[in-house]
Amino acid sequence: MRENVANPMVNEPTPADIQTTQLYEQWGLTPAEYDLIVEKLDRLPNYTETGLFSAMWSEHCSYKKSKPVLRTFWSKNERVLQGPGEGAGILDIGDDQAVVFKAESHNHPSAVEPYEGAATGVGGILRDIFSMGAQPIAVLDSLQFGDIQSKQTQRLVDGVVAGIAGYGNAIGIPTVGGAMNFDATYQHNPLVNVMAVGLLDQKHLHVGKAEGAGNSVLYVGATTGRDGIHGATFASVEFDSNEDQNRSAVQVGDPFMEKLVMDATIRAIREFGDSIIGVQDMGAAGLVSSTAEMADKAGMGMTLDLNQVPQREAHMTPYELMLSESQERMILIVKKGHEAQVQQVFNEADLNAVVIGEVVAGLDYQLRFNDEIVADVPVDFLTSAPKVNLPQVKPARLEQATTEQYQPDVSQPTQVLTQLLAQPTIASKASLYRHFDSSVRTDTVVKPGGDAAVIRVRGTQKALAMTTDINSRYTYLNPYIGGQWAMLEAAQNIIATGAEPIGITDCLNFGNPDDPEIYFELAQSVAGINEVAQKINTPVISGNVSLNNETDGTAIYPTPMVGMVGLHTQTDHITTIKAKSAQDAIYLVGQLQGQFNGSELQHMQIGAISGDLLPIDVDYAQGVQQKVLQAAQQQLVASSHDIAEGGLAVALSEVLFGTTFGATVNVDAPIEWVFAEAPTQFVVTVKPEQQADFEKLMSTDAVKLGDITNDGQFKLIATNGQIDAPVATLESVYKDSLCQQLQ
Amino acid sequence: MKSVVVRFPGSNCDEDMYYALKDLGLAPEFISAQSDASLDEYDAIFLPGGFSYGDYLRTGAIARFSPIMAAVQTAAAQGKIVVGICNGFQILTESGLLPGQLMMNEVPGFICDETELVINQKTSAFTNAYTAEQILVPVAHADGRYYADAETLQRLEDQNQIVFKYAENLNGSENRIAGITNEQGNVLGMMPHPERAVETLLGNTDGQNFFKSILATVAAQGVN
Repeated sequence: MRENVANPMVNEPTPADIQTTQLYEQWGLTPAEYDLIVEKLDRLPNYTETGLFSAMWSEHCSYKKSKPVLRTFWSKNERVLQGPGEGAGILDIGDDQAVVFKAESHNHPSAVEPYEGAATGVGGILRDIFSMGAQPIAVLDSLQFGDIQSKQTQRLVDGVVAGIAGYGNAIGIPTVGGAMNFDATYQHNPLVNVMAVGLLDQKHLHVGKAEGAGNSVLYVGATTGRDGIHGATFASVEFDSNEDQNRSAVQVGDPFMEKLVMDATIRAIREFGDSIIGVQDMGAAGLVSSTAEMADKAGMGMTLDLNQVPQREAHMTPYELMLSESQERMILIVKKGHEAQVQQVFNEADLNAVVIGEVVAGLDYQLRFNDEIVADVPVDFLTSAPKVNLPQVKPARLEQATTEQYQPDVSQPTQVLTQLLAQPTIASKASLYRHFDSSVRTDTVVKPGGDAAVIRVRGTQKALAMTTDINSRYTYLNPYIGGQWAMLEAAQNIIATGAEPIGITDCLNFGNPDDPEIYFELAQSVAGINEVAQKINTPVISGNVSLNNETDGTAIYPTPMVGMVGLHTQTDHITTIKAKSAQDAIYLVGQLQGQFNGSELQHMQIGAISGDLLPIDVDYAQGVQQKVLQAAQQQLVASSHDIAEGGLAVALSEVLFGTTFGATVNVDAPIEWVFAEAPTQFVVTVKPEQQADFEKLMSTDAVKLGDITNDGQFKLIATNGQIDAPVATLESVYKDSLCQQLQ
Repeated sequence: MKSVVVRFPGSNCDEDMYYALKDLGLAPEFISAQSDASLDEYDAIFLPGGFSYGDYLRTGAIARFSPIMAAVQTAAAQGKIVVGICNGFQILTESGLLPGQLMMNEVPGFICDETELVINQKTSAFTNAYTAEQILVPVAHADGRYYADAETLQRLEDQNQIVFKYAENLNGSENRIAGITNEQGNVLGMMPHPERAVETLLGNTDGQNFFKSILATVAAQGVN
């Protein structure tokens, strides 16, 4: 027994066994990749080394399949201090301050273990933010679930919401927004995308680089256990409903530990920033990914003594130590001789802070365990998975589709509006957001329920607006236009609060990229996002890819989630959705279009979506958005709201909800069109004394529809029909529907 | 007037409390809960919200053993102002400075909202600056249901120790209790967060008079 304890690796398959049994295939390496490793090493890799390569060459860590597409993203402008490739991207917001943000998916873990999957999704993205030296200030969640009526969906919603609340509330970073959608396409593959935003004094900026031979590799935070081993590989395969789901690949989170690690890391950077060369969190593929990436980025090698790694469980092997995805752990590269002062900061918070290795000249990545070398590989090879160029084919459904529009039945407009307000996509999510602490840190100016959340920057006149957006029904019908639309929608949400869009992050959630049709969707969506990103000057500064979101060969709709941040230079410019007083004029900004393909109305009436989308005039969209922004900055608007799912009628209703007001409006278009969906439309209310100035600024881009009234009645008269309903009746449907459907 | 915010490992409303105290002139400092220093120099001591020590055992149950709590007990006995908000309230009940217990909300789950509070005692050390009958105050908790036995509840009512009641009982608290004092009236615990309601920009200033009341109370005591 003692012998086994001394050498826990004794039962591992030999290098020859691995080759003959092709064990590596279970870990996601292809025979060609394995052969390449053998050729490069000029020997057979042992068990530990095979594990390192399989994790580092997984799509989750290497982006080997998506890289050709990701490389096309436009990611440089005058604000960009850090683009893709680090923990998070960074934009200059003036006054030597910067905003740091990134989004990440935790789809596969959340499908299997919704509470822990969602909780550790929050924990992981927060570490990406504070690893740059920034204080996290907000979290947003973009959640996509299956059919709301199904028991499985309800279990997932409960678990995911509780997981986000359990982690985010405890660590004390407000959850301020995001989105929650329901569609059968996500029945077996729910999406949990989490975006975090941080605030940085530029002098504290740190990146994940292991520079300087002789410098120490400092492990801080939680101990390493056997949880989450091969999580990165797990995240890179599709589900099969006939197989048990891989629960042991899901990590377990401890927000209390993360709070200690977060506070201590930020403190260490602020107090001893000059001694700290690099910082990186241990996320996917844990210790191997963080240390190898840091060494590779600096063009250095590294040696680690695995006996020094703080361990939670007995007899852990090098393979387990390197691939564990135990949470709340960080790697710091600390200048030789300066370790003690940094360690002291962590020790004062009762945290581990242990030197586990050193940066070395050359490119050798060497692991020692029980006085033996258990892995020795070139670090640049380990971090450079062979690129895969995948073919693209336009899906047949797109070849056949035309822009001929679905013709809805709107013979009873008031009833149609009421039904739309009850749709899970549109109905209020307040009953679920209520579980998230949105006001801790006392910086939240616009809380969940606004077009975008707004967080002020304490001690300045600035504020940051933030949103996540995607309507995958649009990207399914036309990946390119859907990508454009997601960007414009995000920008509209930012602008509706009065902020200027300054940059984006993304989570690209798709099916199996080996399917040429899926790869086509990915490439087209990215192209659409990219075109608009350049046009509206919002560089793509970070992001994440989640592929293989499919079960039994059926993929989700292409879901390229866009997370956007905007800057308010003056908190006076902050605008909200709600109507402010009677007699204010109501304007439609932008043009109604009779587009029903992919609309909520189409889905509601026929239970499916079909047809192609109308092309988007991005220049026109940008022009209209700029004018709305100017109007907000000149404080000419009383309220401002983006028109999205459900069209003008739903947007007008939302302007009235939460107030005692009504509205009387006339629309010079068919009644059907008030439920149509198209980008670049806003509902804006303006005080009587400012109408002349507003109209002058907007010119032909705004049309006065009517006025806010005191009678609490919503009256909309179109050319061939009308809506007439008490706002209170509509609001109760809007507020109560989600709860009723989830029970 | 000098005040202090006690930081427990896992406190997360400590900075919010600090800024509110600073903005309203209560001259705050921070002290670590791990400290065994005296609190003699402070007129008012604030235990902030959060999840002290992760709250994994029972809310506030570990925090009450923190080294600083001996000094908090001394300060309370000396008649100084001691305030526990949210997790701070839970720590005060766990440490016996206030009667009763905070339990899981009647409908389990975290609630983040704003709620109407009835000011049940207008002359208390914490409410004397209010003229309104009701105020709107943020709440953010999962374990906020106040419980005490019938005898204790009767005593709280009889001795005017119930300072705040929920206008609508959002978490199932006995007698709609949102905040109570000790018999002497110098120690207060409450679940809602007045420190989140002190700025016009954030849309709610109903918490300002809570801190102004404490300022007035300390001034009337004529200390420092």
